[in-house]
Amino acid sequence: MNMNDNCVIKTENLTKEYRLGAIGTGTLRHDLQSWYAKKRGKQDPNVRIGAKTYEKGDRFLALDGLSIEINRGERVGIIGANGAGKSTFLKLLSRITSPTDGNIMFKGRIASMLEVGTGFHGELTGRENIYLNGAILGMSKTEVASKIDKIIEFSECEKFIDTPVKRYSSGMFVKLAFSVAAHLDAEIMIMDEVLAVGDMQFQKKCIKKMRDLALNDNRTVLYVSHNMNTIRELCSRCIVLQHGKMIYDGDVDEAIKVYLGGEQGDFLSHDYSDSKHKEPSERNEINLKSVKYYGKTDNIFNDNEKIPLELTWQNKEDIKNLCLRVEVSDYRRFPVTAFVIENFYSGKKGEEHTQRFNIDISRIARGGYYTRYVFYNRKSEVLPFETLEAAAGLRFRKRMTDKNENRWQKSWGSVIMDEIELAE
Amino acid sequence: MKNDSITIISSKRKILNINLKEIWQYRDLVMLFVKRDLKNSYKQTILGPLWIIINPFLTTLVFTVIFGVIANISTDGIPQFLFYMSGNILWSFFSSCLNRSSSTFLSNARLFGKVYFPRLVMPISGIIYNAITFLVQFGVFLILVLIYMFSGFNVHPNLLILLFPALMLQASLLGTGFGLIISSVTTKYRDLNVLVSFGVTLWMYLTPVVYPTSQVPESIRTLIMLNPVAPIVETFRYAFLGSGTFEWFYLLISLFVTAAVLIFGIIVFKYVEKDFIDTV
Repeated sequence: MNMNDNCVIKTENLTKEYRLGAIGTGTLRHDLQSWYAKKRGKQDPNVRIGAKTYEKGDRFLALDGLSIEINRGERVGIIGANGAGKSTFLKLLSRITSPTDGNIMFKGRIASMLEVGTGFHGELTGRENIYLNGAILGMSKTEVASKIDKIIEFSECEKFIDTPVKRYSSGMFVKLAFSVAAHLDAEIMIMDEVLAVGDMQFQKKCIKKMRDLALNDNRTVLYVSHNMNTIRELCSRCIVLQHGKMIYDGDVDEAIKVYLGGEQGDFLSHDYSDSKHKEPSERNEINLKSVKYYGKTDNIFNDNEKIPLELTWQNKEDIKNLCLRVEVSDYRRFPVTAFVIENFYSGKKGEEHTQRFNIDISRIARGGYYTRYVFYNRKSEVLPFETLEAAAGLRFRKRMTDKNENRWQKSWGSVIMDEIELAE
Repeated sequence: MKNDSITIISSKRKILNINLKEIWQYRDLVMLFVKRDLKNSYKQTILGPLWIIINPFLTTLVFTVIFGVIANISTDGIPQFLFYMSGNILWSFFSSCLNRSSSTFLSNARLFGKVYFPRLVMPISGIIYNAITFLVQFGVFLILVLIYMFSGFNVHPNLLILLFPALMLQASLLGTGFGLIISSVTTKYRDLNVLVSFGVTLWMYLTPVVYPTSQVPESIRTLIMLNPVAPIVETFRYAFLGSGTFEWFYLLISLFVTAAVLIFGIIVFKYVEKDFIDTV
């Protein structure tokens, strides 16, 4: 296996396989019992009746033949859904576990931050922990000593540096831990969402630090995150993983589109020709055919931009006083709010109709959201509403331009409300 | 500082692939772990490091009362307190090396799951930590030997004390070797932990700690001396107190067993460390 001069990490056919199901029963006695029973052709006494047993062939490929080359000075983001293999990849690179097949080659030292504060010991002071943590990450005592002032300054913990870290707030803890890692002299830095902790200001400072390291010192940075904003800010290249395979490698914005597009691969429009994304409804009288964001090239909406939604459906029956509800939920699928329009359409059976809507999402905080479209009406004023059609909708991302970004923190909630009025 | 050395991680496993150079690079970490543990052991205790001495003193006292006074086991004419103390401190050095390394994987799983460093750093720092404790106890023992000697008791240190560093090394490596094997197996089978905790106590009674080998009936004496810890304890006692059994033959057998256990332990340990994190 050869590497050219500029290349710092190269993987070839990297594969990691996990066996499904419990690995053994955990005690020697039970394992022997199971083995003996199997040998005599009897039933395993340690399997719950009716439980699904995994045979030898049941395996799960966390990484499936990954071949990547990363050059010196690159800032590579790795994104993908949970279980796509991101963390497994980082674990293999950091030598936490070993590959089932394939090779990894890297030049120089790797500093991995799969967790901040690994090996921090509560009884030791901040200063002692810097030495310990530095050594765990592969620095020698003299190296740490030469950098300790910079580390302490970066951590913003000067005052408490000789206090045992068990008395630290979680924020200080994270700051100190990150500072140690950021000052490592390693050629390759690996980070697994460590920036998700700590306050906004410190996060920004960390990202800036990582960028500077890559740009000025020619370090290579590998960064895994679910936060697309930090990926955008930090990375120069982005890899999208899905089911252990690389599905995209290249431009950051393009990669984020691929990732947010998800399994269908579409994020601007969707064709409901199969009923996969539809739900059973009470009166199946509307057949939603397609949806799109008309006049858009991506699904990102800035500040006061409205969502231009276009829905096309066919009436299965005569329709009167149709209503539509667009429900919005956040990335955890937790309902945020809904947009409603009542009695906007009536039509005859068999007719196909395309309708455009503008949805004002200026009150929605920044982040990624899921939507759901529900058509409904009621047969008469006195009867309750009934669902005619319900379907999973297109996702969208709300973005704030710099001016508005700090006005509303994501942690306050997903709906931006008006200012409080002063009362007499 | 530019470091362009190329590292290759491959799916293939090599037998006995110890990278001593790498461990040497992590020597600061070894010492920091030792420091951490020393500091942590006596944090928020009133007597602090005094416990290192109090512990063997009390144990020796109990041994003296039970085995010496009540059971009246002969100590080959050696003052009882010295006799029991010699066996006790050496045994506890051996057993703490064993205990500590036997939990290497399980008690460090969290750390090992997040960061890489040569895993052997842990048992090595364990040996050093235990060696420091032992040397403090040994110092006290030495003072007692001198006091007894000049008070005219039957205590005769001899030239074999030159073997002391070797004996100490052998005891620690033997304990650690067993510990490495146990720690590798316990990643999958936790029940071995239970075995270790009472097994070590039973093992002590099969070792001439509370009795001299001369008191063991001829028929099973060979058996007792084949226990690899027995010659170490007996030689140690013979060197500093001047009575007991010392035979090169058994010491060499013990040495051979130590080497075998240690090498086997490292092989198993290196085999398991690669992906134990997936099973633990």
